[in-house]
Amino acid sequence: MAKKPVNFTLNGQDRAAFADDGQNLLEFLRRAVGDLSPKYGCGQGACGACTVLIDGETQLSCLVLAETVDGKAVRTASGLAAGALDPLQTAFMEHFSAQCGYCTPGMLISARALLDHNPRPTRDEVIEAISGNLCRCTGYEPIISAILAVAEGRVRA
Amino acid sequence: MALHRGRGFAAINYPIGMNLGGDPSQALVHSNPDGKFTVALSAIDLGQGMKSVTRQIAAETLGVPIEDVYVDTADSDTGPHDMGSFASRGTHRMGNAVIQASLEARSVMLEAAAEELEVDAADLVTDGRGNIHVKGAPSRSITTMAAAQAAQFKQGRTIAGRGIFLIPLSEVDPETGEMTPVSCFAHAAMLVEVEVDDETGEVAVLDMQSAYEVGRALNPKLVEQQLRGGAWMGMSHAIWETTEPYYPSREHGPKDFNSYLMPGPGDLAPHHISVLERPAPDGPYGGKGPGEMCANPVLPAVVNAVYDAIGVRIDDLPVTPEKVLRGLKAIGGARPRKAL
Repeated sequence: MAKKPVNFTLNGQDRAAFADDGQNLLEFLRRAVGDLSPKYGCGQGACGACTVLIDGETQLSCLVLAETVDGKAVRTASGLAAGALDPLQTAFMEHFSAQCGYCTPGMLISARALLDHNPRPTRDEVIEAISGNLCRCTGYEPIISAILAVAEGRVRA
Repeated sequence: MALHRGRGFAAINYPIGMNLGGDPSQALVHSNPDGKFTVALSAIDLGQGMKSVTRQIAAETLGVPIEDVYVDTADSDTGPHDMGSFASRGTHRMGNAVIQASLEARSVMLEAAAEELEVDAADLVTDGRGNIHVKGAPSRSITTMAAAQAAQFKQGRTIAGRGIFLIPLSEVDPETGEMTPVSCFAHAAMLVEVEVDDETGEVAVLDMQSAYEVGRALNPKLVEQQLRGGAWMGMSHAIWETTEPYYPSREHGPKDFNSYLMPGPGDLAPHHISVLERPAPDGPYGGKGPGEMCANPVLPAVVNAVYDAIGVRIDDLPVTPEKVLRGLKAIGGARPRKAL
């Protein structure tokens, strides 16, 4: 099987790795690059656990061909804490927004993308932003509350 | 064609744990030479809070800071035996085992401290901040770390404890069928408001008011989290989720998340939760188990609310639009019980 070199940035750092022919970005990140924060949920773009940012836009990494991120900037939940926790991470802890935690990296990325584009979202906009991310534990309300708390500046840095 | 609102009520008794085989749980507690304690359990924490609550219970019983307790739920091959994390049994069963194990470990720790301080162990108390001192004389003290080191390197004592919680297996009386399978019940009541569209058959949950009686809420934030998330799942099972929509036929059954229906964050109803604390006599520090029963009252309450709204009594979950429409057809149109 042919392997293709992929040069990209992961959470701001230059990375290079070989992608298998047809390998999706989720497998590539987890197996070839070693970033385990994007999770495999359904493998068909229905659960959002594998959500990452590619050039600032949310993408489901299970549906993206790894080789297509060559030259692009990928961000994952493992890069959110740069020195200190991202306010979203703090808010998720304060609002008990994770239980089993499997959806959390995808939720955080979807929320980060929302706030990067729209720092003062309404509740409906928050709901829209996370509507592609399934959670089976929390009932969503604590996640919505955490994101709104960050948007409204109610989270200590 | 109209939208009909209805209210439904349900109350439940929920048995904590089960009785098969006596439902045992074991715990082992030991200190390391730095005075920190490890609790070994084979019950698994999947995020429901087993580790947090175990830490609280062990620290409280040992009399040490919560930071000094580590909970190891690593491996059912090598850990003490446990029936498992299910049936809302974790806090109640494992918690009791952890108390028993911690009491034994604490008594050895106090004996070690007593030998160092040259006093009677019965005269010693812990301050919960890592110190052991003579009752009424705080200056005559030793840290738990120093006591643990003395036990390990000088006295040759093992600061450790064993715990098990076992409810005697209840036999069935052959004459009356009577048995006592459960020692501890939690309770809940819920009022749900729904809106039913008699054209599409869709049911929307508008509001949920609940009261849950959970013994003592050992970790109130975790209890609330469990109740909120679990009630959401109850709502989901009431009107959305099924693996066999035409059971026992597998026809039209979901195959993936695209066809397995669940409410998303846009389908939430406000849920107002009251937690009632009635410490359980046989619970660890009064705790019961809020695990599964958070979902249970939602289903009958939703079915009752649908009946209230349109007069259709649905006895097969979930309450799908198809069942609502067939029910409406059978009774010749919506018959709201009363205007709200």
